[in-house]
Amino acid sequence: MALPDALFYLFAFLTLLFGALVVANPFSRNPVTSAMFLVLTICAMAGLFVLLNAFFLAAVQILVYAGAVMVLFLFVIMLLDLKEEQRRKINLFGIVTGTGAVLGLGFLLTRTIWGGDLNQSANPRIIGDTKALGLELFTKGQFLLPFEIVSVLLLVAMVGVILLSKKELK
Amino acid sequence: MAWLDSLSPQTQFVFFTLLKIACVLGLLLTLVAYAVLAERKVSALIQDRVGPNRVNLPLIGSIPFLGQFLTKLGFWHPLVDGVKSFIKEDFTPGHVRKIYFWLAPAISLVPAFLVIAVIPFGSTLGAQKMVIADLNVGILYTFGIVSLGVYGVVLAGYAANSKFPFLGGIRASAQMISYEIAMGMSVIPVFLVVGDLNLGKIIEHQAQNGWNVLPLFGGGFSAQSLLLVPCGIVSFVIFFISALAETNRLPFDMAESESELVSGYHTEYSSMKFGMFFIGEYANMFAGAAMMTTLFFGGWTLPFFGLDVAPVAGEWWKGLLHIGIFMGKMLAFMFTFMWIRWMLPRFRYDQLMDLGWRRMIPLALANIILTAGVLALTNR
Repeated sequence: MALPDALFYLFAFLTLLFGALVVANPFSRNPVTSAMFLVLTICAMAGLFVLLNAFFLAAVQILVYAGAVMVLFLFVIMLLDLKEEQRRKINLFGIVTGTGAVLGLGFLLTRTIWGGDLNQSANPRIIGDTKALGLELFTKGQFLLPFEIVSVLLLVAMVGVILLSKKELK
Repeated sequence: MAWLDSLSPQTQFVFFTLLKIACVLGLLLTLVAYAVLAERKVSALIQDRVGPNRVNLPLIGSIPFLGQFLTKLGFWHPLVDGVKSFIKEDFTPGHVRKIYFWLAPAISLVPAFLVIAVIPFGSTLGAQKMVIADLNVGILYTFGIVSLGVYGVVLAGYAANSKFPFLGGIRASAQMISYEIAMGMSVIPVFLVVGDLNLGKIIEHQAQNGWNVLPLFGGGFSAQSLLLVPCGIVSFVIFFISALAETNRLPFDMAESESELVSGYHTEYSSMKFGMFFIGEYANMFAGAAMMTTLFFGGWTLPFFGLDVAPVAGEWWKGLLHIGIFMGKMLAFMFTFMWIRWMLPRFRYDQLMDLGWRRMIPLALANIILTAGVLALTNR
């Protein structure tokens, strides 16, 4: 087995393992521990991006998700009352809906993979350096409109949050 | 070196990489130890005291002139500090969360060392580039790793499970997130001007067109370089202030803030675990200083005596000189960090947040637009 393949299996295994430990950790029901395992999941996923030559995405994944979003998660979790969360036992509703969602998503993914043509050449369409990604996003016209719409959506969300977090409206 | 040539290229690559890692880590840890001494000496200088001048080693101390001189210099203090850290009792309070309590010092130490991996600390020595990992997304990698550094502080505050460390951890997470945004935005003008994320390429560009902080010399005068001067200076100032905040140094050391929070996030730590936070802080300062040198002050280049080009074969002294130039610039920044620490009082927390969100982030955004405008108008 070549080294990239071995690394793929390693990172895929770690992603799945840490992901499982986020939601169902047999040793601890501490939300901070779950959040830390989510950070590790994100880091392992960044490893998968590196194997796909998407270095920019890998760096941004760590920078944005592991470095910023998860720190804010931790910030909020630490300010909440954690005792109640730790005492709570596993509930039936959560198990049923959770399993249902996983099965549904798994079904969709399997269908897609079986339906797709796997015999294409494995060359990446763009080598994931920053310039190629930027050109793809901003000049070809194919992704420009969706990309800009997403950014407007983010702006709307930001304005909404600022409005909601204001104590009194003038 | 015949046995080296007999190895395959891959083995040579692995060998030289491991050699570079060992040298850089060894040098960095030594520098960190002496940075602590320098901090005490600089503080003594500023407060008109003598500073540490007591430790004397039995044999070397009795050498006529040198022994006394080294003692006066405090040369052996880092050694004694290190030994003290190791042999002190490592006390773990009963109320802490054990796993995080053990994990936090390590997490605060590792990112600082990982950042150093992509910094080009010299040109070439022999056939080897003086950088451990020549990444194409160098700057993004450093920012990603730096952003992980906050976990050490936050988890230390959480693990201690008592009020003052917890407040320190909460403060640190809010502060570091805020200033990371300003820091990230302050280097975007550098990306725009250089057009590459590789730190080696950024240094190459600065060797040809002048340092990013003041792009005047080097490429000769042009309308573009004159117009880019304010952009460079603003970028650098924002980056420098954010670096102070990211490394939790005064006037931004809200996470520690000993007059309000006892000792902040590391109140409950003792002996070598405390020592690891200490090493982490100084290693982070070195990483910040190295980043500033690379991004804004031309890295290992100097714009005269032909020191801005990589040495050709056989000029190994030039390679060593380049490493020396890089170290000189980095140590100058370290001195500035210490100088600022002992000259300025601490901000209030609301002032800190105000400065970050209402002043520096809008200023950094305006600077991006200004730089892009200048580049678009002067046709690049």
